[in-house]
Amino acid sequence: MEFMQARKFKDNAREAMADRNLQSALAQLKGGFIPRRQEAADRLPEFDALRDRARELKDHVLANLDVYLETFEENCRAAGGQVHWCATAEDARAAILGICREAGARTVTKGKSMVAEEIHLNGFLERHGITPVETDLGEYIIQLAEEPPSHIIGPAVHKTKDQVSDLFLAHHRQYGKTVRQTEPGAIINEAREVLRQKYFDADVGITGANFLVAETGSTIIVTNEGNGDLTQTLPRTHIVVTSIEKVVPTLEDASTILRVLARSATGQDFSAYTTLSTGGRRDGDLDGPENFHVVLLDNGRSAMLGTEFQDMLRCIRCGACMNHCPVYHSVGGHSYGAVYVGPMGAVLTPSLEGIDDARHLPSASTFCGRCESVCPMRIPLPKMMRHWRERAYDSGASAAMERWGVDIWAWTARRPWLYEAGARLAVRLLKRLGRGRGRLRRLPLAGGWTRGRDFPVPEGRTFQEQWRARRRAARPAP
Amino acid sequence: MTGKPKNIGLFVTCLADLFRPTVGFAAVKLLEDAGCRVHVPTQTCCGQPAFNAGARANAQAIARGVIAAFERFDYVVAPSGSCAGMIGKHYPELFQDDPTWSKRARALGIKTFELVSFLTDVLGVRAVDAAFEGKVTYHDSCSGLRELNVKRQPRQLLRQVEGLELVELPSAEECCGFGGTFCVKYADISIDIVERKRKDIVATGAGTLLAGDLGCLMNMAGRLHRAGGDVEVRHVAEVLAGMTDDAPPIGDTGPTRARED
Ligand code: SF4
Repeated sequence: MEFMQARKFKDNAREAMADRNLQSALAQLKGGFIPRRQEAADRLPEFDALRDRARELKDHVLANLDVYLETFEENCRAAGGQVHWCATAEDARAAILGICREAGARTVTKGKSMVAEEIHLNGFLERHGITPVETDLGEYIIQLAEEPPSHIIGPAVHKTKDQVSDLFLAHHRQYGKTVRQTEPGAIINEAREVLRQKYFDADVGITGANFLVAETGSTIIVTNEGNGDLTQTLPRTHIVVTSIEKVVPTLEDASTILRVLARSATGQDFSAYTTLSTGGRRDGDLDGPENFHVVLLDNGRSAMLGTEFQDMLRCIRCGACMNHCPVYHSVGGHSYGAVYVGPMGAVLTPSLEGIDDARHLPSASTFCGRCESVCPMRIPLPKMMRHWRERAYDSGASAAMERWGVDIWAWTARRPWLYEAGARLAVRLLKRLGRGRGRLRRLPLAGGWTRGRDFPVPEGRTFQEQWRARRRAARPAP
Repeated sequence: MTGKPKNIGLFVTCLADLFRPTVGFAAVKLLEDAGCRVHVPTQTCCGQPAFNAGARANAQAIARGVIAAFERFDYVVAPSGSCAGMIGKHYPELFQDDPTWSKRARALGIKTFELVSFLTDVLGVRAVDAAFEGKVTYHDSCSGLRELNVKRQPRQLLRQVEGLELVELPSAEECCGFGGTFCVKYADISIDIVERKRKDIVATGAGTLLAGDLGCLMNMAGRLHRAGGDVEVRHVAEVLAGMTDDAPPIGDTGPTRARED
């Protein structure tokens, strides 16, 4: 579904800032995630050292990505699984459809997967007569609302509790649920009851993965609801939709990263459920799917290797960067018009979809650096956004007026005499406009500023002008 | 202080140069009181606007001028974490593919400091000769805080100011929404962010807001004024130098002993 578009970021943002429900949801998110992460980090003295280890580990993987992916494939096969290499989103959709058709699937249950969002899987399956049922509460909510996720770990964080109550009342009548539930516990229970039957009806279960473990060929997923377990054990076929940068060498490596993941994401020491999948059901197993498939997506990632954007591939999708982002706090996730939002999305989206359409995203940042300071994988997000700005500037994707402005200003800034003449002129002009006041309510050419802020009138002469005058006065006359 | 006086190249910052020279003079006073000799070579801007706009070649050209003008001093000091961070952290990055300039950029970078942290951490200043009556709160500007670890230093010196009561701003580490050209390019978002900041400032009950970066100060002052409150806004150096009589608060008018023409 087309929702908001990245190229309309400014309009989207304006709409979002006027949406009171969204604003109250965002205020809640900010007040919850930030202190919880801080407390979790404070509880673990070696937290920062672990972040360093996690970063080194992932850097090592990225330098040897082919080796670890092949090892993963080998071991996954040996355990009875199948690996499907997919260069593009289209390839991945086709692979998934093929598996679903083979299984004769009419309904598939889905755990939360950002890669499935990335390839726009739900709409595709529906168009091919297969009904996807989201089992993660947040994903279920936005599926009912027909909206894309607005956050990578809390897809429905933009919804208030009241909105969810209304949504359930509207959609659950068909199941005989006619009471509007308002208690969080009751809301969750109602969703569980509705979903329960769907687990049994599903022919295929689709989940994502947080890690692929090369040494064992396993996939690992962490959740807080346990829905992933039912999604993958009940149906006969389990498909893991994931991407190539998720591989780690060993189980121990996965656990190193897991220790920083939950703390950064929700402030938990560990997520409630950590589920390993290694191949399908073996003789003697009590449950589990008969068929186990891993759909391994590239979709532009390998092209980031060896570029200034390689560090982005360390991302473990914890969401800390957006939880701490002042721009995200104002505009929410949908404004970005993309699957990946906030600072990580501002770097990733141009890689996946091109800088032309996505040029606002890396541009709309104050570079406050808080995202980088909380990123468990120490990804230099502002630096990479700046690299995108450089590409936009060089390729002409950024607005011509803006490039002009920068060029003229920079040309002047390299000529101090000219610059100073300009500064003196500006001071005098602003002084005149100020007519004795300390600030202006309106200023030609600075409407953006003065729309919501007064503009200060300069004190008097420039510092350098005054400094030189003083020096001259202090020097004895010749 | 003992020994030879240190020669300081004062990087005034383009904003202080143009809008608020008092910040520059306050920096001069603080440095001279600590026994330094202050020099002000002809200067324009650190180039950050070009750097952040993605105009790397432009930023490099400006940076070369700054390096050439300032490398002869013992230290470079700026009353701004943002500009000091640009010179100290980003110049070396800007020239990473150019061995000659990279060396010069790194040499300049390690001797470039933000004013208040330079006073406390390098010069060992523990006391200031200043008085300021009233309750103040302090905003940690992002670059100073996250690139240069400026956090405890201003508080340490503010506590030495006679009569001053410091109340912590709960969201002190949150961006004010200035962001250089961001504040006009994405004005609506910038205003939304600074409005959150304004509410937090007002809630502290402080009569004065201080910070170490003029860009953020102008942004917050502009919003505070537009909303009609009476919180006064100043650069921290003005208070530490005891020069609050030299100029009215940012965006205000009033009796001054200032160097008007
Ligand atoms: S960029 Fe860092 S903070 Fe953001 S989601 Fe990825 S790992 Fe988490």
